[in-house]
Amino acid sequence: MKDFKSDQEVRWCPGCGDYAILAAFQGFLPELGVPRENIVIVSGIGCSSRFPYYLSTYGMHSIHGRAPAIATGLASSRPDLSVWVITGDGDGLSIGGNHLIHALRRNVNINVLLFNNRIYGLTKGQYSPTSEPGKVTKSSPMGSLDTPFNPVSLALGAEAGFVARTVDSDRKHVTSVLRAAADHEGASFVEIYQNCPIFNDDAFEPLKDPGERDMRLLRMEHGEPLRVGGDRGVVQGDYGELQVADVAEVGEDALLRHDAHRADPGYAFALSRMDYPAFEHVPIGVFRDVDRPTYDGRMAEQLAQAQAERGGKDELAALLSSGDTWTVD
Amino acid sequence: MTKQVQQIDRVIIRFAGDSGDGMQLTGDRFTQETASFGNDLSTLPNFPAEIRAPAGTLPGVSSFQLHFADHDIMTPGDAPNVLVAMNPAALKANVDDLPRGATVIVNTDEFTKRSLAKVGYESDPLSDDSLSEFKVSRVPLTSMTVKALEEFDISKKDSQRAKNMFALGLLSWMYNRPTEGTLGFLKSKFSGKPEILAANVAAFEAGWSFGETTEDFAVSYEVKPARLPAGTYRNITGNLAISYGLIAGSQLSGLPLFLGSYPITPASDILHELSRHKHMGVRTFQAEDEIAGVGAALGAAFGGSLGVTTTSGPGMVLKAESLGLAVMTELPLLVIDVQRAGPSTGMPTKTEQADLLMAMFGRNGESPVPVLAPQSPSDCFDVAIEATRIAAKYRTPVIVLSDGYLANGSEPWRLPAVADLPDLSVDFASPSEDGGEFRPYDRDPETLARPWAVPGTPGLEHRIGGIEKSDGTGNISYSPANHDLMVRSRQAKVDGIARDIPELEVDDPTGDAEVLVLGWGGTYGSIGAGVRRVRRAGGKVAQAHLRHLNPFPENLGAVLRSYDRVLVPEINLGQLAMLLRSKYLVDVIGYTKVRGLPFKAEELAGVVQEVIDRV
Repeated sequence: MKDFKSDQEVRWCPGCGDYAILAAFQGFLPELGVPRENIVIVSGIGCSSRFPYYLSTYGMHSIHGRAPAIATGLASSRPDLSVWVITGDGDGLSIGGNHLIHALRRNVNINVLLFNNRIYGLTKGQYSPTSEPGKVTKSSPMGSLDTPFNPVSLALGAEAGFVARTVDSDRKHVTSVLRAAADHEGASFVEIYQNCPIFNDDAFEPLKDPGERDMRLLRMEHGEPLRVGGDRGVVQGDYGELQVADVAEVGEDALLRHDAHRADPGYAFALSRMDYPAFEHVPIGVFRDVDRPTYDGRMAEQLAQAQAERGGKDELAALLSSGDTWTVD
Repeated sequence: MTKQVQQIDRVIIRFAGDSGDGMQLTGDRFTQETASFGNDLSTLPNFPAEIRAPAGTLPGVSSFQLHFADHDIMTPGDAPNVLVAMNPAALKANVDDLPRGATVIVNTDEFTKRSLAKVGYESDPLSDDSLSEFKVSRVPLTSMTVKALEEFDISKKDSQRAKNMFALGLLSWMYNRPTEGTLGFLKSKFSGKPEILAANVAAFEAGWSFGETTEDFAVSYEVKPARLPAGTYRNITGNLAISYGLIAGSQLSGLPLFLGSYPITPASDILHELSRHKHMGVRTFQAEDEIAGVGAALGAAFGGSLGVTTTSGPGMVLKAESLGLAVMTELPLLVIDVQRAGPSTGMPTKTEQADLLMAMFGRNGESPVPVLAPQSPSDCFDVAIEATRIAAKYRTPVIVLSDGYLANGSEPWRLPAVADLPDLSVDFASPSEDGGEFRPYDRDPETLARPWAVPGTPGLEHRIGGIEKSDGTGNISYSPANHDLMVRSRQAKVDGIARDIPELEVDDPTGDAEVLVLGWGGTYGSIGAGVRRVRRAGGKVAQAHLRHLNPFPENLGAVLRSYDRVLVPEINLGQLAMLLRSKYLVDVIGYTKVRGLPFKAEELAGVVQEVIDRV
């Protein structure tokens, strides 16, 4: 097995969820089956964005929020590469929100992993665009006034063809989601709940506590009934919204079977809204996995089509002398 | 009736009308006719930023000026000899630019009480004596066009719209222009609309015949072809020349071209043009914003493309951050800034050269970037190639400062022989034979460039980014000594380009001039024409023009110090002058104007003469 660890010392705080994600990613890369020289990790700024340094692939630790734009240029000019964007809730949803949504709608063949710890870590503890309302931080001593983004809802609204969520502490689940994201052709978006032990410790504790998590986690498996714990499941409400009901009451047949390939994103969106109120039911796994033409693929097609129509490349001289010319003797 | 044909050596015509009157098209066609006839020429389009300002108003006036001659000329001309005014607004907006004795051709149909009132004319200038110092030809252009097109099955609106073709036909007769080009153009433009095509041809021919038959136009003029150096020519604008230069740079370097861009006046035409050349392997990406445009170009550069982004001042500001990353990652990147009047949104369609100091210094930290500026529309081709050469060889972003005047103005361009263009082929890094560790920040001892190791190359996997790099290894480093070394190394790399560029050439025909006029960028033509005037009047003056603004040519200091006075005209408040004073401690004299327009040759001649007289 090839080792994807670089020679750089990993420098995150002790207990940071990033370690677990890095280990899962390094463990997953060999099964990706892509030679290391054809893998490029592009990141922005923030704790998560140190990721490229710790992988023995090509990498660029770029600037705040811009990784999706840089990756778009790389992936659309080099369709032979496997390009991964590593970002966080501040980098990807705040300063770089615009680039993220446009990369998703264009469907550039990149994989975006958004580490969501619901706080600004590298700048030492300000509220982020996913912090809960009223969050008390250094920059919000009386509580944050912001309404947070739901990253999965946002990605679906941006026309993403592949949207998934996983939790840093569940290595097996992280790996399965990474595998699905890599298999998807086009832009894939993965939200990874990631614990920041310094500035927002235990933000996802309800999903990790062995006594509680099974009552809250809604593990989505394509083709399987949507269940929460053993005796509850997801049914459709009167207006298309999704609700959790006792199986004993509604019957096994009333449970929705998960369909990640539905062309209409409405169902996936309804699923993404189930974690309100906070963490009551949190779907993890693949919300949506729908194929549509990729940006880089379509770009390559246009180049090939243009060449076919012209019968090959023009010579430079022919280009320069196109249009009206005259000769002076 | 046989008409008199008068020989003249040059003429300046300005077509002016409402934004919807098709003046840019008319001017462009007349230019093509003139180019194919073999005159030397230079053009100045001038149009509002609004797509359609309210009809008949002063802000809605659009004009196109063309200067053509039987000898080589350098500018679109100071003042038109002929003004074609399609409505009262066009007359009012342009009449102050006319010299005494100029010809004014007015479309009398539009001189109604209402139209006159709309632009504040209290009495009709055609009937009071306010135009007495000009030769005024009153032509009912609209109604004559409509009459000529009575037979056609088209709407009244369509026949009225053909009046610009009538005007073009009349002017084409007046100046004995060849017409095949315009007829061919109309055929292809209206190929799907035979009735509109026939009407436009008929309007054009009616205009021509009107000139031939009416007594109002007793004389037609002939401007003989210019004696230009032998070769094949075409007319070209600056934006088109940049586009071709970028494609050439890509082919000469063997690097596939990737343009990341966001639409902005006056640079968008480069995006439009390059997006038409997919068959030549050109990838164009219309980004969500200026930042993504440059970011994508840099990403493509990391992947081994010739990454390019095009913009104007307001977009340049947004690209500063990514330019800094390109400086730090030491990747080739071309940034084309087609300057316009600022600050902020400024005047989008008007020219200026006030982004020089931003190009030089507009980034955080010590962030040196080579800067080049073309001097004429056709020179944009050569500068794009030179920018490619420097970027690829030195692994650095390069800024090209074009401007709105060069971008939209045009001139004849002698086509280069492709075989004479430089070989810009690039050596990507390859794994060392001994299998040793790859060091992405080891520098070439001569150029100080680092290796360009492209993803997909086995054994060269490495990480780059915006955090300070350790010399050699490229790993993150906060070492004080390393930072000092790297800041100085990046600066030395850019400074060293001075050894690899031509020395500044000085045009000093008598060899004993005491005054040097030094310019940069789009002012070349105006300065040159002004200098010619001074010399014709017996004045001695030297002229030099900077193409490389960072680094400067090695001999610049010596050149500056060898003249008693150095005059630096700029369309800003003295930005090059500031650089020269601080670097060379030479007390240059600035001459500045920021009116959104190029300098006039006559004005500069006066300024030069004053400086000479003061020596």
